[in-house]
Amino acid sequence: MATIAFTLNGKPTSLEVAGERKLLWVLRGELGLTGTKYGCGESFCGACTVVVNRAPVRACQTTMADVQGKEVVTVEGLAQDGRLHPLQERFVEHGSLQCGFCTPGMLMSAYGLLLQNPHPTREQIVAGMDDNLCRCSAHQRIVAAIEAAAGGM
Amino acid sequence: MTTTDLSIRSGERPDGPPALSRRDFIKLFGAGIVVCFVVADWSTLEAQETRREYPTDFNAYLRIGEDGRVTVFTGKIEMGQGVITSLAQMAAEELGVALESIDMVMGDTQSCPYDMGTFGSMSTRYFGPALRGAAAEARGVLLELAAERLHVIPRRLEVENGVIHVAGHPGRKVTFGELAHGQAIQRHLSGKPVLRSTADFTLSGTSVHRIDGRAKVTGAAKYAGDVRVDGMLYARVLTPPAHGATLKGVDTSAAEAMAGVTVFNREGLIAVLHADPEQAGRALAAIQPSYDVPAATVDTESIFEQLIAKAGAPQDVERRGDAAAGEKESTTVFEHRYLCGYGAHAPMETHTALADVKGGEATVWSSTQTPFPNRQQIAQALGLAPEKVRVVTPFVGGGFGGKSGAGLQAVQAAKLSQALGKPVQVMWTRADEFFHDTFRPAALVQLRSGLDQAGRIAFYDALIYSAGGRSAEQFYDVPNSLVRTAGNWFRDEAQAHPFGIGPWRAPGANLNVFARESQIDVMAAKLKVDPLEFRLANTSDARMRGVLQEAAARFGWSKAAAPSGRGVGIACGIDAGTYVAMCAEVAVDKASGRVQVKRVVCAQDMGQVINPEGAIMQTEGCIAMGLGYALTEELRFKGGEILDRNFGSYELPRFSIQPDVQVALVKNDALAPQGGGEPGIVPVGAMIANAVFDATGARVFRMPMTPARVSRAIAEM
Repeated sequence: MATIAFTLNGKPTSLEVAGERKLLWVLRGELGLTGTKYGCGESFCGACTVVVNRAPVRACQTTMADVQGKEVVTVEGLAQDGRLHPLQERFVEHGSLQCGFCTPGMLMSAYGLLLQNPHPTREQIVAGMDDNLCRCSAHQRIVAAIEAAAGGM
Repeated sequence: MTTTDLSIRSGERPDGPPALSRRDFIKLFGAGIVVCFVVADWSTLEAQETRREYPTDFNAYLRIGEDGRVTVFTGKIEMGQGVITSLAQMAAEELGVALESIDMVMGDTQSCPYDMGTFGSMSTRYFGPALRGAAAEARGVLLELAAERLHVIPRRLEVENGVIHVAGHPGRKVTFGELAHGQAIQRHLSGKPVLRSTADFTLSGTSVHRIDGRAKVTGAAKYAGDVRVDGMLYARVLTPPAHGATLKGVDTSAAEAMAGVTVFNREGLIAVLHADPEQAGRALAAIQPSYDVPAATVDTESIFEQLIAKAGAPQDVERRGDAAAGEKESTTVFEHRYLCGYGAHAPMETHTALADVKGGEATVWSSTQTPFPNRQQIAQALGLAPEKVRVVTPFVGGGFGGKSGAGLQAVQAAKLSQALGKPVQVMWTRADEFFHDTFRPAALVQLRSGLDQAGRIAFYDALIYSAGGRSAEQFYDVPNSLVRTAGNWFRDEAQAHPFGIGPWRAPGANLNVFARESQIDVMAAKLKVDPLEFRLANTSDARMRGVLQEAAARFGWSKAAAPSGRGVGIACGIDAGTYVAMCAEVAVDKASGRVQVKRVVCAQDMGQVINPEGAIMQTEGCIAMGLGYALTEELRFKGGEILDRNFGSYELPRFSIQPDVQVALVKNDALAPQGGGEPGIVPVGAMIANAVFDATGARVFRMPMTPARVSRAIAEM
């Protein structure tokens, strides 16, 4: 067991957990943040994507030791004081989701992408999102929402 | 038109809703106005399979509460297809309330009446009209009550946004909530209610955002795996290495020695449980089973001969004229075999359930398309009466037909919870999902057709193996046409398939349309006639001509015989009552055989459209998903061993292969709403195959059209 201290959705957080535990299961378990999803467990699908120190990472491959002292943002941390983040608003407006299971990972990958590159081209969005899978196939609308949000972030 | 009936008696069927007394009913629903109704017109093939279980009493309710809110109770579930929004829209429209006043309670076997499941593009088609009827009935009741309260005849009243007022006197009003207050009115809808005319609609037919959108972008939306109950354990279940493998022995001692681990080994179910899912995973890895795995006799390539050998006698789907006589009149006969391999449903949410079994009762939160059959399966496994089992269906993270099966994960969770006396979650790993999936079966179509001297289709003879007859009906004006099926596409009694099979989005239709529409292009090419012109010359069906012409016009189709070198293709089909045609432009890299679809234009006639935005979204999803079966997705196996167990090798369509997609809805308000969740996927394979032929002159007869297969077809030209 170790004490892992990090910032979670803007709040200082400290936990007694084994350092090798995966962030995905700690978020979904002890921390009660079930927005981050398990989809494949091997980083192929992106459903568990969260943003750590402004970069998108796969929570299924990230250990608690990896986030020591870092800033973690999950889908629950995107909206501020009940106001949706522009990406969330554009996803709703553009109908960029169906079953919604890949949506948190899509949003967090897009959020990470826009933090690194605030004005991506369409090609850069496609390349940045290419390892996030969506079975309902909302791809075109996800790209449109990210393009629209990039202007307003 | 209606009868007032204050008791519900429908508990005679073993899996029907529990019988409720009037008192129970009021306790369950609170005061208000309730309208029960029957969804009666279940006339598709899938419906007939389970029809005998369907109740004749009622199968949905709608309630107006004392707070004026309207709640729709339905056994249908929301898995992305958007019925949570379109059904709410219909109820709101017919009642005259804002969409925001509607609450949807879905897939909860305790509060919702029996429903056989959500599949077959039936929710809007069949449920919709019944729901509208019930809403109209409720509106009638409210108008009667308001007339008494306001001392006018009902005809003088107007309804707006949940408020009824006297025409011309907006101040003389009463709200739905006020009218429902202290009431315990229950109506049974029978006969045909008076519905509002579509011309008066303000909400249906207009696009609205999904009512579940906000919950889904904030992470608040709950799926089965997100439900938490105090003291719950996470289970991991041992999955055999191959279908048909038998367990010889198992050493669980290493797992048992791990702190906090419980090992379960009974009746063929081996599982490990822990308060932390990762620890459960480690414990599972420590289990050492030994299996007898039978030698593989079939694989990805050799399966087709087995399908033919085990198919049994063909059955007619449709017989018109005399195919043999038509063949004699033919000057050119075309004979081809069209194939597709197995496909996975691969919803992003794996099968998941949380079961809490205690005191002889069970509550199970399950990701399922079929909560009521699921309840039956769980009850049977636990030895409980069905009314002691409650299945709750939170949001489902994709189904596509794959969550309409045996509810195995829910049965596993329920058995473990019963044995341990604790709540237990079973969330299948992706490898479990790839093992237990009821795959879309490998299938083939042997197709023979002929052209007469005048260049008309003289005969058409399709023998379909293992795909069923969906979307195989002949809509071309062929005087002699025979369509037959052999073998099963679900319930594989002949054991032609090495593992479980079942319905996959538009079951069988994708292959059937691939075969027919490819063959149509083969014939057009022989005649050196433009593929669109050949289709129009051979069908007088007005709806089909309409969608073909609309798609072609929007695409900018210009007349040329294939192969023109441009890489354009067209295909069309009918599915779930909806007509659809689409055109594509592709680029083929002749060196690698890689196909990139650049753009797709689709035209669809689906009758009256409730939520155009939702319908277009579904169709876009169909096209994007269709790219997978057409180009990339094929499950590889050796005997009962599944070789693809995650997305590293089973390739779903991703962002970089998506074309620009445009969907146009052809207006047809005279026709009731038709299917929307599946039709758009059926022509995708054929459209791409035809475009690949147009680009290269090479015809690919097997899906998916992988680079290797396209290269081979080019090399064999």
